[in-house]
Amino acid sequence: MGLEIIKPGMLTTLQDRGRYGHQREGIVTSGAMDTFACRVANLLAGNAADEAVLEITLTGPTIRFTEDQLIALTGADLSPELNGEPVAMWRPFLVKEGCVLSFGAHVSGCRAYLAVSGGFDLPRLMGSFSTYLQAGIGGYQGRALKAGDVIPCHSTTPVAMALFAQAAATPEGHNFLAANWTPDPQLYPAYRPNPTIRTVKGPEYERFSEISQGQIWTERFQVSAQSDRMGYRLQGVSLYLSEEAELISTAVTFGTVQVPPEGTPIVLMADHQTTGGYPRILQVVRVDLPILAQVVPGQTIGFEEVSLEEAQQLYIRQEQNLMQLARAIQLKQNI
Amino acid sequence: MQLFQLYPLGDSAITVQFGDRIDKAIHAKVRAFSSYLDRHPFTGFVEQVPAYNTVTVYYDPWLASEQGFYNPYTRVTEQLQYILRVAREHGRAAAPRTVEIPVCYNGAFGPDLEFVARHTRLSPQEVIASHARCKYQVYMIGFVPGFPYLGGMAKKLATPRKQNPRPRIPAGSVGIAGNQTGIYPIETPGGWQLIGQTPLRLFDPNREQPSLLQAGDQVKFVSISEDEFWDLKEQAHGA
Repeated sequence: MGLEIIKPGMLTTLQDRGRYGHQREGIVTSGAMDTFACRVANLLAGNAADEAVLEITLTGPTIRFTEDQLIALTGADLSPELNGEPVAMWRPFLVKEGCVLSFGAHVSGCRAYLAVSGGFDLPRLMGSFSTYLQAGIGGYQGRALKAGDVIPCHSTTPVAMALFAQAAATPEGHNFLAANWTPDPQLYPAYRPNPTIRTVKGPEYERFSEISQGQIWTERFQVSAQSDRMGYRLQGVSLYLSEEAELISTAVTFGTVQVPPEGTPIVLMADHQTTGGYPRILQVVRVDLPILAQVVPGQTIGFEEVSLEEAQQLYIRQEQNLMQLARAIQLKQNI
Repeated sequence: MQLFQLYPLGDSAITVQFGDRIDKAIHAKVRAFSSYLDRHPFTGFVEQVPAYNTVTVYYDPWLASEQGFYNPYTRVTEQLQYILRVAREHGRAAAPRTVEIPVCYNGAFGPDLEFVARHTRLSPQEVIASHARCKYQVYMIGFVPGFPYLGGMAKKLATPRKQNPRPRIPAGSVGIAGNQTGIYPIETPGGWQLIGQTPLRLFDPNREQPSLLQAGDQVKFVSISEDEFWDLKEQAHGA
């Protein structure tokens, strides 16, 4: 059948790479906060890039597999265990029916991703599997997972079947088997605490006071406890415009750093509103959104400036690396 | 005079800005550009968000650069400038669609109608007549799925927000906040003065076009009776 949720964890939702094409209708993109880890999880499970994964937040769920599966775990290290035995991440696993996945102490990052080979057997809504919590739509019944839910899965892909054939030699008494390879660790980010995030200047950067324009680069900001999939509230110095201005509302996006009049910056995350009217001091570069997504509330972040050209080159390089990774995984799976 | 300007919104979006105020002539340019772009998307185009005086164009730098061959920002800027030129030469977009929104302004549907009437020194009937007489411009959809930012309300209807927002406002509620009027597409908390309710679904995730209204549409409110409200509600939610 699929995955049986024994304990739901703090916040476990179905997400994919996002719901695009409807922002003009006020519908947020949602999707994985760490789209890089989400993509690699799908690659390792032999899935297409647009399959859904489970996004697991800080305190992980307990999940029983009701059929044989090939799975992959990426993202935050939340001490995953299969049947009570610690397991490594960023590699495919074969799990037999009845195997139980659980999580322990938080080691690094904030969000882990679980992909199952073949993907989840759920309907797409507006082209996407992502859960949009505020509107209660998408994903699994438009909500976070609860104990007792059974998430249906498609049958495993031919790639997984080939791996199963090899796994016939699974040692007696073991009902899971880890692949003996993992992608080059250089290819995936280390989730260091208190990171410095690369940004380009936002459209209203020049409207901020000279002091604020300096402080945004030199000061550090604490990601407050009122931070979620919609946005991170940053505590630290307050930022102000050089003169008050009433802006005409326009589009905002994932990674926009906006500053309401009281001066506390907010970084918009995956469930951000589509439009806004606050001045936008910075925009996080696309390749650093996954780093930001893995920051735990209470940690601090700083900002560093890169040029637009540099930001786009970083993204192009990341896509090239992912293509390489996809090819490498294909080779492994064809053995 | 500069007719438009382009600025980056990070590494994956460019905003095209037409003028620096809210008015219908500027929004007509937004609409002409937006509809041309809909019909002629470029390589790497993801989606667009038309607003009051801007259209923000999202793109994938990897695809737009032909997998790293070109500079993506330069490439997309060139495409947008071309579209701006052609859209201008080809004149205005098709006439806007007018969408009639039936509203029941009666009793329970408009709990703040009396307050708005007292505040504006009009009778409740005059408030309704004035609200239903204007033609409104949909400048932008945002805030929540399907929420229209409407321009064109009669100035005399302006009423401040409620001091204590309601924890739950039913979907379809029509309200006034300052000199704006709007419709709540989904149940949310909110502080607008509620003067009526529409039986139509402004947001339906299972509809091909989930938002009933789109930026560029014109809206007309039509006053209906409570009986008509329930009949229309049954139709809208029946299927």
